This record gives sequence, C-alpha cells and structure tokens, in this order.
Amino acid sequence: MSEQMIRVNKLNKSFGDLHVLKDIDFHVEESEVVVLIGASGSGKSTMLRCLNFLEMKNSGELFIKGKQIDPKRDNLNKVRQQVGMVFQHFNLFPHMTVLGNVMEAPTQVKGIAKSQAKKEGQELLEKVGLGDKANDYPSRLSGGQKQRVAIARALAMKPEIMLFDEPTSALDPELVGEVLATMKDLAKEGMTMVVVTHEMGFAREVADRVVYMHDGKIVESGAPKDLFENPQEERTQAFLSSIL
Amino acid sequence: MYLYSANFWTALIDSRGMFFEAAQMTLALTAVSILIAIVIGLMFAFMKISKIKPLEWLANIYIYVVRGTPLIVQIFVFYYGLTEVWMISGFWSVALGLAFHNGAYIAEIFRGSIQSIGKGQAEAGRSLGMSGTLTMRRIILPQAFRRALPPLGNQFIIGLKDSSLAAFIGVSEIFAVATTQGANTFDYMTWLLVSAVWYLILVFLLTLVVSAIEKKMAVSD
Repeated sequence: MSEQMIRVNKLNKSFGDLHVLKDIDFHVEESEVVVLIGASGSGKSTMLRCLNFLEMKNSGELFIKGKQIDPKRDNLNKVRQQVGMVFQHFNLFPHMTVLGNVMEAPTQVKGIAKSQAKKEGQELLEKVGLGDKANDYPSRLSGGQKQRVAIARALAMKPEIMLFDEPTSALDPELVGEVLATMKDLAKEGMTMVVVTHEMGFAREVADRVVYMHDGKIVESGAPKDLFENPQEERTQAFLSSIL
Repeated sequence: MYLYSANFWTALIDSRGMFFEAAQMTLALTAVSILIAIVIGLMFAFMKISKIKPLEWLANIYIYVVRGTPLIVQIFVFYYGLTEVWMISGFWSVALGLAFHNGAYIAEIFRGSIQSIGKGQAEAGRSLGMSGTLTMRRIILPQAFRRALPPLGNQFIIGLKDSSLAAFIGVSEIFAVATTQGANTFDYMTWLLVSAVWYLILVFLLTLVVSAIEKKMAVSD
C-alpha cells in the first residue's frame, strides 16, 4: 500500500471574524496529483498554505508522511524542506542569478557543497528547459521562464510533496503551456502534487483526483472524469457550468 | 565679484596643506560616526519592526528624542556628559554624538526599506526551509540595502556636513580651521568660502562612492 503523504483532520482556519476553512478533512496519497478547484474566496489557497504552515491552522490535525505536526513543538523548517511550494507570483530572489536562486536553499539550509549544488542546480535548470539561462538575473526572464525557475528552485531541496498555488494565473496566456508541461513531466515522474488552479484542461488530463471547494468546505471530490462529467452536487454543477 | 579677487584664490591655494589635514579630520569624523550609525540604525530598525512591544517602544523613544532635539545640543550633552565619567577625547565625543544622531535617521531608512520588500520574498525563503533569521540575512536584507542606498547616501552627505559642528568642541576639522584663520586675518569671508570649497570637494567624492556602489548593486536589473 502506498504511504499517505498528507492527512488533514477537522482543519479550521479563521482570519479574524472570517471563518475561511471549516472542518476540512483531506488526504493525499503518495504519487497522487490532487487538483483543488473552486471560486476565489472558497479557501483553496488558504488550505494549500496551511499544508506548509505559511498559514497556521486554528484547530485540527495535520499529518505529513504519517507524522502529526505540532507547530509549537516541531521544527517547521525541517517540515518545509519536504514540502516544496510554487507561488502565483513566482517570488524569485531578484538579487540572485537564476542558478543562484536554485542553489540558495541547498547550500544555505542543507549545507551542500557549492560545487555539488551548482551541478545539481544546472541539471534541474536543464530539466525545466532553462539550462542556458543559469547566469541571467530573473528580471531578464519571461513570466513562464520565471515560474519554471521557481519550480526548479523548489525541486532543488528534493521535496517529497510539491504544492502549486495558482502557478499559471499571473501568466500571459501564451506562456501557460510551458509551465503546465513542466508540471506534467513532474507528475509523470511520480511526484506527489497538490495544485490549486483554474486550468481545467490540466485537471482533466493530469489529476488523479479533483477536489471542489466552496465556502471553506470540500463539497465534492473524485476522479476528474467523474467530477467533470457527472458531478453529484448541485454546487459543483453550478460552478462547472459557469466556467466550462 | 568677490570670487575673482586674487585674495580668495591665493588663500585657497596657499592654505591647501592646512586644509588637507583638516579635511582628513572631517573625513575621519564622518567615517567613524557613519559606521557606528549604521550599526545603531540597523539595530533600532530591527527593534522597531520587532514583535516584542518594549523593544519597539524603546526604538520609538530613541527616534523621537533624536528628531526632537537639536544636533548641537546632543553633541554638547555627549561632550560634557561623557567627559565627566570617562576620559574621552573631543573627537570621540563628537563622533559618538553624530553616530547617535544619524543612527535614528538611518534606523528609519532601514525600517522603511525592509518593510518595502514584498511578503512573497520571505514566504519563498521560508517555504524552502530557511529559518526566519537566514531569510532576513540572505533574502530580505540584501534587497533592502539596495533600496536604502539612495536615502542612505543622502544621510551620509548630511552627516559629513554636520561634522562641522565639531568645531565648537575644538576639533580641528575644516570649519574650525577656517574660523581660526578668519579670526587671525580679520577676513572671515575668504576663509569661510575656502572651507565651502573643501566641503564641496568632499561631498562630490562621497557622491561618487555612493553612485559607484549603486551601480555595482544594479547588475540584477
């Protein structure tokens, strides 16, 4: 049986009076690609950010690889090394070269030798098709290239789980494809992925499971074929008909 | 025009050795006080953005006092205050007074530039497993320093010119030498203008240094 990479029980999160996540139960198996869909404000990004503790839950349990994580007791920096994250706005470090971005965490956090980090970083950049950009600064890259560097930067820590927070939402339409292609390759290699996106084509083609969220709750989840073609809940039907 | 009288030009040229020495004193005062001010400024900037309230209050009080009182008062308080408890030269009491003064302004410059770096940068660092301190040192501060450089350069120029107040404590920097020469020759105007020329030269050099650093840091644009 494959290992459960993420398990969330009765997760609640509020921002002040705003109750954003309501008793969420959620899990991700090893090598599974889960796509979170839902209208903006439904809580999908907040949920993703709770998974690597960029947001702190108010209540509930969170397990990473079977181990319950307590933010007060556990070293979150260690936890985050296993959980890579890609942001909507890339958040590349503008004062470092492309290769410098990719090498930063392995050398500074893991203490890996510069020569080795450089070699591995270059390989990762080749993998996302940007080997020739290693010595450029991020300001010289297109949005799609920036996002692919961000993916390589996260992969450099050799995470076991990758979180994607609307990775193509800030891109010009013609640049979306290259980022999705990189993500597809990653899924094929067996990476465990949780993806918040509005790209229904990607969800249909790559996801093992699609989760529809509305108003801080998971309304429905299932294989993409089932969920897209035969949604059970009225809310899901309404959402899908509004976007497809 | 006064500047065309032979008197001024002869004075400027003949006194170059004396003023060159005084300029070194001015530069030493400026360099020492600014270096200390940068350390003080960084420390109080961190206190001001700290989540520990008493530290924030302390930083606010410091900035309030420095901004609310004249520099000359601060320098004299340092001079009379420090020399009473501690054998310290006029040079060092002025240097510390200037550092105490500029530190408050530099603290505000650093605070603003640190806070101007987007939240996403810190999140990216943390999401890679970097600690808060490491993220500050490797990700936030290098970018904040770059953004702080133009206002810092401005503050350095102010610091350089304010070092002329050391004349009132008897430190032989440019302004002190000029007023002494003026008193000796009964020709204040000539010597004040000579001192102005020397300040202009020093500020020009300082501007060159700052813009060279700015250029060097702009490679990532």
